[in-house]
Amino acid sequence: MTDESVVDSGPASGCPDCGAETLAGDRFCENCGNDLLLVSAGTPDTGTMPAPRGCVACGGPDIDQDGFCMQCGFAQPAVRDRVELDLAGVAGVSDKGLRHHRNEDAMALRVTADPSGELAHVVAVVCDGVSTSDRPDDASKAAADAAADVLLVAARGGTDLEDATKDAVAAALAAVTALTGPDARNSPACTYVSAVVAGDDVTVGWVGDSRAYWLAADDQADSSCVTVDDSWAQRMVESGQLTEDQAFADPRSHALVAWLGADAGVVTPHVRTIRPTGPGVVLVCSDGLWNYLPGAEELTEAALPKAVDAPFVAAAELTALAIDRGGHDNVTVVVVPYPLTNSTRSTES
Amino acid sequence: MSAHPNFRVDIYQNEYLHQGATEVNAIVTVTSGGVTESSGGGSGSAAAEVIIVDCSGSMDYPRGKMIAARQACAAAVDALRDGVAFAVIAGTDQARLVYPQQGGLVAADVRTRAAAKSAINGLKAGGGTAIGRWLNLANQLFLPYQNTIRHAILLTDGRNEHESPAALAATLAECDGKFVCDCRGVGTDWEVEELRRVSTALLGTVDIIADPAGLEEDFRKMTDAAMSKAVADVVLRLWTPQGASVKFVKLVAPEVVDLTGRRMAKSAQVGDYPTGSWGEESRDYHVCVEVKPAGVGDVMLAGRISLVLTGTGGEDVILGQGLAKATWTDDMVLSTRINPEVAHYTGQAELAGVIQEGLEARKSGDLDTATAKLGRAVALATKSGNTDTAELLSKVVDIDDPVTGTVRLKAKVSDVDTMTLDTRSTKTSRVRKSS
Repeated sequence: MTDESVVDSGPASGCPDCGAETLAGDRFCENCGNDLLLVSAGTPDTGTMPAPRGCVACGGPDIDQDGFCMQCGFAQPAVRDRVELDLAGVAGVSDKGLRHHRNEDAMALRVTADPSGELAHVVAVVCDGVSTSDRPDDASKAAADAAADVLLVAARGGTDLEDATKDAVAAALAAVTALTGPDARNSPACTYVSAVVAGDDVTVGWVGDSRAYWLAADDQADSSCVTVDDSWAQRMVESGQLTEDQAFADPRSHALVAWLGADAGVVTPHVRTIRPTGPGVVLVCSDGLWNYLPGAEELTEAALPKAVDAPFVAAAELTALAIDRGGHDNVTVVVVPYPLTNSTRSTES
Repeated sequence: MSAHPNFRVDIYQNEYLHQGATEVNAIVTVTSGGVTESSGGGSGSAAAEVIIVDCSGSMDYPRGKMIAARQACAAAVDALRDGVAFAVIAGTDQARLVYPQQGGLVAADVRTRAAAKSAINGLKAGGGTAIGRWLNLANQLFLPYQNTIRHAILLTDGRNEHESPAALAATLAECDGKFVCDCRGVGTDWEVEELRRVSTALLGTVDIIADPAGLEEDFRKMTDAAMSKAVADVVLRLWTPQGASVKFVKLVAPEVVDLTGRRMAKSAQVGDYPTGSWGEESRDYHVCVEVKPAGVGDVMLAGRISLVLTGTGGEDVILGQGLAKATWTDDMVLSTRINPEVAHYTGQAELAGVIQEGLEARKSGDLDTATAKLGRAVALATKSGNTDTAELLSKVVDIDDPVTGTVRLKAKVSDVDTMTLDTRSTKTSRVRKSS
């Protein structure tokens, strides 16, 4: 189900907000002032899907105002259970998976175009709520939205994107910290990963164990994981105490050593910029995907070459793969074809 | 135009269940504010009050008892607000309307209060005890007073000797939901269990007034409390999902009263439990529902708890509601979290149970059981910070270690101390909120 909050706009296609006619090259709608060169989409606010065919569990006809079946009591699907975003230049899928009762992952996407209609920047942020904290779903959404907006402004303003990424992490941290309730023992917390594609550069920033990969379309070129997890397992491997296999077999493997939240202490974001030499895709994801497909090579095999031309199909297929293999966690997959191109939207012919 | 008080409903629970688990526990804290807008210009809500005083022969022994009872009744009459409909019943093996002599209830004012006190002054002891007949008369008197706070005070000093237990039980069933009755036992010749049965059935309190000199103050307090009630005939309505069963519904604060058997089924999935009248106050209920197990990741509404105003002859009015949920998870960190409110009141209900069982065992000479039960009670009271109950326990047992509950039965215990502990065993402490 595509999120209804998607503001899909573009030059010369009419204003998406008010419907007024627009001309190619218009930066803003003459009628309502809407920014025509920006597409902004992401995980929606909490809510329940309308249920035209009754309760998903028992078929009962009445759903109460809290989203529960009045017959069997089952909670009806929430809008966040599955979020699908299919934009020109980037696509994302976020799914509750099979074992969790709600989707605590969030994503936020921003796409800008230049007045000629060519894509200028793509911003993708994925955050994964820490499920033992309070309101992890609110934390991830607040963080992703706040960071994406900072990155968007920076990309449009031509600011240094590594600096901007650090600012975006700071804004995300502030947004999560602001959610802390009176009981600070389990203050809201989440991970963070962002990628900004601007010109030839891909700037990646992260805190925690959500990842960004470079997947090369050319068989001869190398694919790689751009991020390095802030996790117990990674720390054990880096310090030489355990092999990768041993570390990931340990129940503590996923324990985070860094995160965003009021109880996170000093947060030092990692930032890296890569400049790929050929075509491919930037993949931004939560651990719900990479738990099942950790290697850059196996992800490349699963996603390419399709992902370059049909990023939404690729994101949906990778999500389905993670769910088929157990769906033990929320799964969020964002695919950005590189170099930027706006001919990828699957709903367009 | 009638105004209803606001009821705030807060739910405390660990909604996370491990795979296969089916029991959902929730503590429901209900807090009622005052009525924001007066319904008829007078101060407070319409109320009816019946004072029932035991006038059996034993009330003359010791001599001061009847005198104290008369003073207490007079104090209760003085505490009645102007306009409250009231009557006074003298109870023996019969029930006699002492005031007003013409029958029915009469509105309190300067003149009627004086006339009532004059009638009370003439009360004399003589005859038996048949509590059911007293309640029957009160029930008839309350009949014309619907949509009104209906409250009775019952004072007795002896056992219900002049009617059968079955007759009393039939009367209690008849009076269920018709009025609220607070019961007081004076002296030590009455039965705690018997009077508790009356107060529980009629949603009131029970207490011991060991010294007749304390009656007057207690009667004034009870009447003041009754006058402060703003709304009558409130039920706790529990919706449960199809296929679920209600394991229990208990009032757990300010005292433990099991309401499970009081369910009035509205449908297979909805039942009403009586809560009586409410003023500005807060009560806690423990609701336990057994649901059908669901899969990991599933979320279910296990109970919708509403406070509903009924008996107005019109539509039911929902005063407030809360949701108890069940979420199945394979995350042990979540499913093994102990909810402090549920744990506290589970302990308080056990405390009331072990005190009553311990005293029963002591009475029947099973001293090992008595020591074990009362020791457990000491440990529970200590752990939960229920200092009032701990204090009462210390008059019945010598405490070697309050934490582990190592105790020795006292060789000599007064009837007053035993009966006080028994009567107040159901009083609970509330959860101490962590900072």
